[in-house]
Amino acid sequence: MLELHRITAGYDRRAPVVRDVSLTVEPGEAVGLLGPSGCGKSTLARVASLVHRPDSGTYLIDGESVRAWRHRAPREQRTAFGVVFQQPRQAADPRLRLTDLIAEPLRAAGRRTGAEERVVELAGRVGLSAELLGRRPHEVSDGQLQRACLARALVLRPRWLICDEMTAMLDASTTAALVAAVEDYRRESGAGLLTVGHDRTLLNRWCDRTVHWTELTQAENPSPPKNKPSGA
Amino acid sequence: MTTSSRPACEDTRREGGAGAPLPAADDPVLDVSGLSVRFRMRGGRQIAAVTDASFRLRRGECLALVGESGCGKSVLASALLGLLPANAQTAGRAVVGGLDLLAADERTLARTVRGRRVGLVPQSPSAHLTPVRTVRSQLQETVRELTGARGSGLRARAEAAAERAAFPADHLDRYPHQLSGGLAQRAATALALVGDAPLLLADEPTTGLDRDLVDRTVDELRRHADAGHALLMITHDLAAAERIADRVAVMYAGRIVELTDAPAFFGEPGPRHPYARGLLDALPERAFTPIPGMPPELGALPTGCAFAARCGHATTTCETVPALRNGTACHHPQEPTRA
Repeated sequence: MLELHRITAGYDRRAPVVRDVSLTVEPGEAVGLLGPSGCGKSTLARVASLVHRPDSGTYLIDGESVRAWRHRAPREQRTAFGVVFQQPRQAADPRLRLTDLIAEPLRAAGRRTGAEERVVELAGRVGLSAELLGRRPHEVSDGQLQRACLARALVLRPRWLICDEMTAMLDASTTAALVAAVEDYRRESGAGLLTVGHDRTLLNRWCDRTVHWTELTQAENPSPPKNKPSGA
Repeated sequence: MTTSSRPACEDTRREGGAGAPLPAADDPVLDVSGLSVRFRMRGGRQIAAVTDASFRLRRGECLALVGESGCGKSVLASALLGLLPANAQTAGRAVVGGLDLLAADERTLARTVRGRRVGLVPQSPSAHLTPVRTVRSQLQETVRELTGARGSGLRARAEAAAERAAFPADHLDRYPHQLSGGLAQRAATALALVGDAPLLLADEPTTGLDRDLVDRTVDELRRHADAGHALLMITHDLAAAERIADRVAVMYAGRIVELTDAPAFFGEPGPRHPYARGLLDALPERAFTPIPGMPPELGALPTGCAFAARCGHATTTCETVPALRNGTACHHPQEPTRA
């Protein structure tokens, strides 16, 4: 279970984007987090995936408290998460061929044995052909690159997936294909999902439970009245 | 190279008037016929980015060009603005106000086309605006360049231009990074409207915006179409297309495979091309099932129908390229009854 409790986070301590927000994700559960642009939902997703250290609040992963974020986080916690970002171009090293891009987490975690087969298997899951695997990011479309980024997120068999506007740049068919790939993986692995976005129809269709940002900042925090977070 | 219409065009501008020569009500603002774009690559390879695209666009009309990323729709937009890279070869015609944009030289394009005949509403306004200058300064420069206004009139006209795009006057002295996504979009739209170009070209104007902002942006674009512009909106966002478009063109692997009225496309009887049907069925409010497979590479297109490999209705006839007939380029157009 992921338990984010009274998290305050942002990029300027005097004006945090996320104020006193709590959210839990049960094991195997798919939670959709809805909110307008700029509300802080992506920042919360970054905290949840251990890539952004909050200013205050507590975070328990399967009962274990998180003490360190980013590179300081213990490997077993870091590798429990697969993260997919909104813009694949900014999330991909332009020098790597797609096959190396997908295998990068295996290399970083020192699990190189069997990497090749794993990449091929994942490429099939996300619908990338062998020919595309040999290309570099500038030689593929946004949709194809995002497929590779999803494969990269799955390569370490994470227990948790965090998708931050994964499909905002994609057409309807690629969106449906990537969501299907995520759900296939979850069915088989029992992984939990936190997906962030602003498309209500999509998240309602995709997730077990959809929460709106305003519910997190009000309802889930019965504790003291606080300054209303500056919404949009 | 046609330059004949240029002096007349510039003269009307100088008088601060109605903009580029507006065509008669029934003449198309944009007439594209047989437009193809090929990129020559190293090793003699060729990328067929756009093949044989034909469509017309009238005043007050909005055509949404939809398709997945990499299908050639943005290349088509670049061709209309004369912004293709040097290794591109074009064929066909794209006529706006008597000028063939594909045959025009750079001088003609710079002086009479960009901003004057064709206004561009860019994909990413924050990247389109100059980061080190205020919105007012950029608007005034554009007004000066396009209308020749100077002095005190310049300030007033820049403010009027901002107002047309519903950009708030008290934000004119802000820099682009001080604007929200929605306001940056309006600033960019204001720039596109300055020259009163008969054709507005919106290239993915809603990418990355949230639903409310998409609706607002699209409604504002619609307003400009209703004010008499012809609007070509390129998008992969079907919900935005449904909201704004009079007609829809679906592009697949560089070809327009379906060109039809928007209400018929999104409602009854629905699209007739299997790809267009698949695209709609992929929406989360519909079946939410992806089209199997991936589009072919534009550098290695099959000789026949490019969609055949992914199509459940494909037969041996699909080994030849289907022509666009009655708005559908398919050998097996689907019957107008939705399953």
